[in-house]
Amino acid sequence: MESDVSQYTSKAEKTVIYIFLFIVTLPILVGYVWLAISSFAPITYGLIPHGGLTLKYWNFLTHTLPQRPSIWTVTLNTLILAVGLTVLDVLISSMAGYALSRIKFPGRKGFLSLTLILHAFPSVTLLIAIFFVLRLLHLYDTLLGVLLVMVSLQLPLGTWLMKGFFDNVSWDMERSALIDGCTRLCAWWKIVLPNIRPGIAALSIFAFITGWGEFLIPYTFTTTDAHATIAVFLQSLIGDSTFVSYGQVAAVGLFQMIPVIIFFLFTQEYLLSIFSGGTKGTA
Amino acid sequence: MEAAENYSAPLRSKIKNFLPPIVFMSPLTVLVFLFFFIPVLLTIFISMTDMSTASLTHWHFIGLKNYAKLVKFRWTKILLKNTVFYVATTLALFNVGMALVLGIVTTLLPRKQGMAARALWLLPRITPSVVYVMMWKWIAADAPYGIINEHIFGPLGLPTKNWVMAAPWVLVILVNGYIGASFGMIIFTSAIESIPREFIYASLVDGATTWQRVKYVILPMIRWPLLFVTTYQTLSLLTSFEQILLLTDGGPGRYGTEVWALNAYHRALANYWGNIQFGYGAMLAAVLVVIGIIMSYVYLRVFKFNELVVEPRIETL
Repeated sequence: MESDVSQYTSKAEKTVIYIFLFIVTLPILVGYVWLAISSFAPITYGLIPHGGLTLKYWNFLTHTLPQRPSIWTVTLNTLILAVGLTVLDVLISSMAGYALSRIKFPGRKGFLSLTLILHAFPSVTLLIAIFFVLRLLHLYDTLLGVLLVMVSLQLPLGTWLMKGFFDNVSWDMERSALIDGCTRLCAWWKIVLPNIRPGIAALSIFAFITGWGEFLIPYTFTTTDAHATIAVFLQSLIGDSTFVSYGQVAAVGLFQMIPVIIFFLFTQEYLLSIFSGGTKGTA
Repeated sequence: MEAAENYSAPLRSKIKNFLPPIVFMSPLTVLVFLFFFIPVLLTIFISMTDMSTASLTHWHFIGLKNYAKLVKFRWTKILLKNTVFYVATTLALFNVGMALVLGIVTTLLPRKQGMAARALWLLPRITPSVVYVMMWKWIAADAPYGIINEHIFGPLGLPTKNWVMAAPWVLVILVNGYIGASFGMIIFTSAIESIPREFIYASLVDGATTWQRVKYVILPMIRWPLLFVTTYQTLSLLTSFEQILLLTDGGPGRYGTEVWALNAYHRALANYWGNIQFGYGAMLAAVLVVIGIIMSYVYLRVFKFNELVVEPRIETL
């Protein structure tokens, strides 16, 4: 490939780079390997399993653990939040992103600046006040409340990305649709949205993974076991000071990782592209 | 009759022109209003009250007394020291340092291998935070379970420890750094890949070594993204606390790894050992909110986000 300048890096240099990358990336790999091993072994010393293979740590799938909600209640809650976040984030972001990209209206520049400021703004600092807003709306300790907060905090990023995708769509098709008597809503739905499918796919994957893994918001704004998510459920297993079963925790952790691993294996390029579009730095 | 028609025609077209933006923008506007605008104002307002679980129904407006208390409080110094240490070290070692190294070395490799390395570094960011922190806890756990103890310290005959307790800052920085590095890595990678090839070829013709190429061509060309990542990640680190909450919960002790943002959370939302102090917690958060607003505005101005605002062309139809 013409633009590939890696051919000018010498073999020795490449070897040094590979060794360096291997060493610094090792902790990431080791963590996932440990997770897989210890969820199937009766006991694990470091990365070495002892006592053969067992499925006993996976029995949380069929038997509710003592004093815990059923894993399926918790999984359903997590799924509702992840799917809800995906649908609402994509829908609302693509509506606002379309208007910001294509319609001239007073306050447009202000809205765009606002979206950018909110995108950079550390929303996690607002949790205390959001607690009061949820109480006021009678949405504290409800899944709907958690969902609305999660959607709102994701919207600036989504809107910003969607606007970028709309900016790159050709005007000609939309113009002819409008001349043919299509309304703005119809042009958006029928002409423009189908053209940014890759963008929608990327934002959907991103939103789903975010919603699936979210811990702080459900942990802070729900108290009832029946409203717990997998992340909250898992933390309650780890945080239980009386007895922590390593294998049990690893199995639940691996269970939560399943969709993330699937998305990671098949959509890394989408993910890398959405992060270059603008990450909300979590750390 | 005619006059009325003349009057209503522009009005109707006005409504027709305004209706689409209103329809398209209102869901975003409502949610931003409820969960950004009101909370910002509410944070500042609550920070000026003595609201707590003991005085939830009969709280008082106390002006800047919480802020005065902060200045006098003996733990404030420790909190400040912890926060500065955490932000500066994580930023230097990982969010900028490691990010820069990764951005440079992965672009020196063939495209496919470089992509694979970057994808691996993205994993910590997309892994659910509870699972991710749990892995580190077991990397650092006591012998014989912990990976560091069982595979490195044990065989070398060194004393084994629970490293989360023995070296809490090292773990806090590693846990956050391994997530944080990917942000800068991606920004730097795209900046390096967009350097005009002529510059690279020119340096090759001049017989520059790889190191000289990095030092004299690549680094000077990515100064701007470097500055952006540094400021952006400073703010992210300053306000993030989720991983610390999960890893040490601010311990060992009460202020071992307690940082500013975590303390605000502890005081206002998760104070299990006593009275929840909404006022004091909101005051701590308000300081971060104000810093956040100022810095977001700075990004907008300094990094010229405004130039991206192009007038829509469809109206000239």
